[in-house]
Amino acid sequence: MSVLIYTDTSNGAFTKNAFEAANYGSLVAKNEGTSATAIVIGEAKDISILGTYGITKVLHFNEALLTNFDPQKVAQIIIEAAKKISATTIILAHDYSGKAVAPILAAKLDVGLVTGAVALPEGNTVKKTVFSGKAFATIEIKTPTKIITVLPNAVEKQTFSETLSTEAFSCEIPSTRLTVKEVKKASNELSLTEADIVVSAGRGLKGPENWGMIEELAKELGAATACSRPVADIGWRPHHEHVGQTGLAIRPNLYIAIGISGAIQHLAGVNGSKVIVVINTDAEAPFFKAADYGIVGDAFEVVPKLIQAVKKLKA
Amino acid sequence: MKIVVCISKAPDTTSKIAFKENNTQFDEAGIQFIINPYDEWYALVRALELKEANGGNVTVLNVGGAENDPIIRKALAIGADDAARIDAPTNDALFIAKQIAAYLKSNPADLVFFGKETIDYNGSQVGGMVSALLDLPYVSLASKLELNGTTAMLEREIEGGIELIETSLPFVLSAAKGMAEARIPNMRGIMAARTKPLNIVPAFEASNATEIKSFTLPPAKTGCKYVDADNVDELVNLLRNEAKAI
Ligand SMILES: Cc1cc2nc3c(=O)[nH]c(=O)nc-3n(C[C@H](O)[C@H](O)[C@H](O)COP(=O)(O)OP(=O)(O)OC[C@H]3O[C@@H](n4cnc5c(N)ncnc54)[C@H](O)[C@@H]3O)c2cc1C
Repeated sequence: MSVLIYTDTSNGAFTKNAFEAANYGSLVAKNEGTSATAIVIGEAKDISILGTYGITKVLHFNEALLTNFDPQKVAQIIIEAAKKISATTIILAHDYSGKAVAPILAAKLDVGLVTGAVALPEGNTVKKTVFSGKAFATIEIKTPTKIITVLPNAVEKQTFSETLSTEAFSCEIPSTRLTVKEVKKASNELSLTEADIVVSAGRGLKGPENWGMIEELAKELGAATACSRPVADIGWRPHHEHVGQTGLAIRPNLYIAIGISGAIQHLAGVNGSKVIVVINTDAEAPFFKAADYGIVGDAFEVVPKLIQAVKKLKA
Repeated sequence: MKIVVCISKAPDTTSKIAFKENNTQFDEAGIQFIINPYDEWYALVRALELKEANGGNVTVLNVGGAENDPIIRKALAIGADDAARIDAPTNDALFIAKQIAAYLKSNPADLVFFGKETIDYNGSQVGGMVSALLDLPYVSLASKLELNGTTAMLEREIEGGIELIETSLPFVLSAAKGMAEARIPNMRGIMAARTKPLNIVPAFEASNATEIKSFTLPPAKTGCKYVDADNVDELVNLLRNEAKAI
């Protein structure tokens, strides 16, 4: 019995979601009285940092061949690593890689999978979000081995100080018909799904030319920017900023909604945020019902003041 | 070219979510069911566009009971050529994937499309599972697909960007925003849908790997703390010292 965690990397560095998965997996291992092993694929800087997330052992599959992500191959490596350490629980982040790999793992191993966990397992049951954040379900995994993908902020970060042992690992991987030709990333932009703070604006901003203050506020807070769906649909903002039921679902620590009414489909994608601030001229805007803090006021007056207040705080 | 689009039934996005039987079952009273938006807007419409450009046949495939027939007819009205419904319960993703894989083994397809997830259980599971059961390449959360003969170029969403992927037929994908623009069925489509074939397929023997035990609603917010628009410093103070969020 042991716990295996897939810790994904991007450009040779662990992703924030990989750390979340490692932290979650270590807590699962602790609860089960067993140890937490991470599988690392490809080049990775500073592997020892995983010790501070409770990992005691790393299996490192370091082959250049795998700098390109192919879920079929990644799944096969995880299966072989799980066999080697007799893993009974496999943990992945519920991010783009985890969503690709976890279902393949579950089908190949013929075991139960719960995606989008928001809490540690209790026995064989795991709590996850359903109805796009409008509810939670507690799901029993009926197979002896379980696979779980974890949402950001599912559990509090614990501080561990484990010393790691790293072992080179290799296995046969299937030849596949898929190749990654190119990876395009907006280089210095903070990724929306990984940001701790998100500043988001809607149709209340009246036009794309008014986003300067939104970007400035985001910059002052070290936040990513997001928007409501109509704003992306009319082309005021790029599509990748669209959050909600039919866009990205995000779970930052702080979500600041400016000039967004708070339609049910918008809330579905953001109500996993820890703290919600709403700025809206309409005191009856539904978003206030989901908010922790609210200002009834005009964004064009409030936001510039907010920028000054944040600057003052940091000074 | 044969394309199979797997569609799921989902509650309308405006649905108020409630549970019954001691919070063990979703309360369907008053709920309007739709085709899961990702399956309809992106997977189905892209399949139809590819058929229009290259010829071929688009089959919609659904797992479930007769209560799903109206959404299947809607997919036919949007333009699918025929449909199959595997008459099986839908309580577990792996079970559903095994039904679909069994169907595809006897009815092979060049392309198998799913939506990126359903808006009810948010699993993002069945497409990947089917790809594994059939040993086919899997492109998750694909936002673009172009075909050139049997070669496919795709864009796949990743953290903060996209990946450009090349693969060849047959393969499985899950479709995300960007893949296509939603289509509204017209009167001719609706009329034609009535006579298009909807084949009922018996369930394939399999067991469930998971089971939903109970549902809960998120704790209600304890109430919004209002700050005066002229006192923005106070908001920053609360966010720093009370919420510890900045
Ligand atoms: C199937 C379906 C899926 C959908 N999916 C999504 C989704 O994923 N994400 C999403 O966001 N929407 C989604 N929608 C749309 C959703 O229903 C709403 O229409 C949308 O969220 C509204 O966007 P908004 O709040 O920016 O605009 P509006 O509803 O127009 O609200 C603008 C708000 O700005 C306020 N305002 C105006 N001027 C000012 C000012 N000067 N200062 C401050 N506030 C001001 C107004 O009081 C109002 O509350 C979906 C709809 C459907 C039918």
